[in-house]
Amino acid sequence: MRTVDQTLDEILKLAAVHFKVPREKLAPDDDFFRTLGIDSLQTLDLLTRLENHFNVDLPDYELQGVSDFRTLASRIQARL
Amino acid sequence: MTSAVNHFDGQALSWELKEGVIELALRREPCNEIGLLTLGELEVFAAALDKLSHEAHALIIHSSLKAGFCAGADLRELHHRSQELGRVEATAGVRDFLQRIHRVFNTIDAAPLTTIAAVHGVTFGGGFELALVCDLIIADKMARFCFPELRLGLIPGFGGIPRLKRDLGNAVVRDLLLTGRSFNAAKAQQIGLVSQIVAEGEALRVARSTAEQIGKFDRHTASTAKKFIKPIPYEELQEEIEIFCDLFNRPAVEAGLRKFVESADLQPYLP
Repeated sequence: MRTVDQTLDEILKLAAVHFKVPREKLAPDDDFFRTLGIDSLQTLDLLTRLENHFNVDLPDYELQGVSDFRTLASRIQARL
Repeated sequence: MTSAVNHFDGQALSWELKEGVIELALRREPCNEIGLLTLGELEVFAAALDKLSHEAHALIIHSSLKAGFCAGADLRELHHRSQELGRVEATAGVRDFLQRIHRVFNTIDAAPLTTIAAVHGVTFGGGFELALVCDLIIADKMARFCFPELRLGLIPGFGGIPRLKRDLGNAVVRDLLLTGRSFNAAKAQQIGLVSQIVAEGEALRVARSTAEQIGKFDRHTASTAKKFIKPIPYEELQEEIEIFCDLFNRPAVEAGLRKFVESADLQPYLP
C-alpha cells in the first residue's frame, strides 16, 4: 500500500513527464492549473492519466475546487 | 462540400466507403459539437446509408480531432438561438432539432451493418449518445464519458437514456445520469459499455481490424442477428423528446446555459 507521500510523489512525476515541466519545479502545494498551464481539456486528460496510473475511479466532482497537488493526492489516496 | 454516395467531404464530417467499410470522420473544431451544421451533414449521411449498405458490411464512426470523439450538443449555438427567439419559438426549434437528430440516430441504430464507434478523449453528452447508437464501442484508454445534462437542468436529448437502458442495468444508468459524473474507459468496460480498450491513438486501427473480422460473416445472418438482439426503443425515445422540451422551458435551463456559455471556469466541458 502506498503512503500519501508516495502517491504525491508519483503524481508530481507523472505531471512533470506528461506536461513537460521539470520535476524540481513542481511543489506539493502548487496550483497545478497555474504551474502546469493546463486548460479544461488537459485537466480531464490529467484526471484520466491519474486514474489509469493508480487504477482508481475518481469522479470529477471529487476534484471540484481542488487545485493543488497535495489535496489531489489525498483524494486519490482515499480510493487506493 | 463534395459528395458522391461513396464519398462525402463536408465541413463537419466526411465519409468514405472502402473495401466494404464506411469510415465516417467527425472533424468540426473544437470538439465536434453537434449543432445545425453537423446535423445537416449527418442527415446527408443518413439519407445515403441505405445505398451505402448494399456495398458495406461495417461502419466506423470516429473523430479526426485530437480533443476527442465529440463534446455533445453545441450549447453555445443552442444558447444564442434561444436568445434570438422567444420561448415558444425556441422550444419549437429544439423539438425540431431533436426530432431530426433522432431520425438520424435511429437510422444508424437500425442500419443493416455492424457499426463501431472508435472513441478517444471527450465523449460527452450527445457524443456519448452517438457512440451508444453503435453496436460496438472501441475506446482509447484516454477516452472519457459523461452525461452532464443534469448540470444544466436537462436530460440527455439525443436518445441517451433509452439506449443506456437498453444496453446496461438501470442502477448503472442512474449512477451516470443522476451524478453527472465523468468516467474513464476502464470504468466503461467494467460496466459493459465498451467492448475493447486500446492504447492511445489505436482505436481507429483496432476498429478497422474488427470491421475486417466482421466482413468474414454472412451479411444477412449478421443483420438478422442484430435486428433480433438490438431493438430500438421508439416509444421511450419519443417520450425523451417530450420530457426534454418540457424541461427546456424552465428558467433554470436558460440560467444554466448562460452560465456555461459565459463561464471562464477551467472546466467548461462540464457545465
